[in-house]
Amino acid sequence: MRALIAAALLAFATTAAAADEPSFELVIKDHKFTPSEITIPANTKVKLVVRNDDATPEEFESKKLNREKVIAGKSQATINVGPLKPGEYPFVGEYNEKTAKGKIVVK
Amino acid sequence: MLGTAVIVFRETLEAALIVTIVLAATRGVRGRGAWVAGGVAAGIAGAALIAGAAGAIAASFEGVGQELFNASVLLAAVVMLGWHHLWMAEHGRALATQFRALSDSVRGGAATLGALTVAVGLAVLREGAETVLFVQGLAATEPGSTVAAGVALGAAGGALVGTLLYFGMVRIPMRHFFRITGWMIVVLAAGLAAQAARFLEQADLLPALVPALWDTSGVLTETSLVGQLLHVLVGYTERPSGMQLVFYVTTLAVLIVAGTRRRVASPPPRPLSRAV
Repeated sequence: MRALIAAALLAFATTAAAADEPSFELVIKDHKFTPSEITIPANTKVKLVVRNDDATPEEFESKKLNREKVIAGKSQATINVGPLKPGEYPFVGEYNEKTAKGKIVVK
Repeated sequence: MLGTAVIVFRETLEAALIVTIVLAATRGVRGRGAWVAGGVAAGIAGAALIAGAAGAIAASFEGVGQELFNASVLLAAVVMLGWHHLWMAEHGRALATQFRALSDSVRGGAATLGALTVAVGLAVLREGAETVLFVQGLAATEPGSTVAAGVALGAAGGALVGTLLYFGMVRIPMRHFFRITGWMIVVLAAGLAAQAARFLEQADLLPALVPALWDTSGVLTETSLVGQLLHVLVGYTERPSGMQLVFYVTTLAVLIVAGTRRRVASPPPRPLSRAV
């Protein structure tokens, strides 16, 4: 029982610590990501804050990042990413793949 | 319009394949078409509701509401499919003839029809919500007729693949049919569990353990047709994380072991009556 409480406290502590993760912003406007390329530190947990300034929803998707999230129009969403090895990780807006694309460079 | 159709096809394919597998697993059960159709309809209605609440859901639970919702829907489907498998293992007996196989399986299919219908509804709900959101976005700028045509084409494509799979499956000899269908359900459940793991990792509730155990995107991408089929049917992923593999293997192991134990413990087959 005490082990359970300790585990729960540890989970809380870890979640609280997560608030200090670096965060990076992406903006969707006119079915394009701005910036289309961002650089994040390797082996670090990072938050991607995607703000959708378009009125229509978009789905952020990246097979390489293993992430997918729908962002409703005129709202924003946070996507947890990492820790990642160095490299390039392309992502797309699945609903507008022709124009909404970019990559995350991990250094 | 073609671009719309491709996206709608992708979203509806998973639901279509699950409908196919459930229809195969309930082959011979009277009225199962109505149940499954009801599940699909409920899923579509639910999808419209979820799409409407998308912003609120995403913002809930400190921004990971969408991940939690998706993971929950996936895991609920795993439970439904798993329950069907275990029920069949317990109540289907060692098969003396192919006629016994059919009647046992039909009884089992009837008993678990509710659970399977829920699994179908959940699959349609999850994929449907994304489709509704996508279509809403399109409809804001494109003429309704073009959007409707694209959606119809994409959905028809998904239904076609599901139909082809069903007709392929019914060519399997009866003595193997339900055993193979049973395996397909177990593997399908494992794939859904792995998808749930991915959402829980995204929500930062579970660690990835290993970010990518392998990368087979050079061999087979998830976006190709074969890749999409394998993604649904066996849970194929280009870059699975360690936690996804854990969920996959654990689901397989639990269902296979529990199923085997139930089968071994179930009563032996009655001797066939002379009248047959």
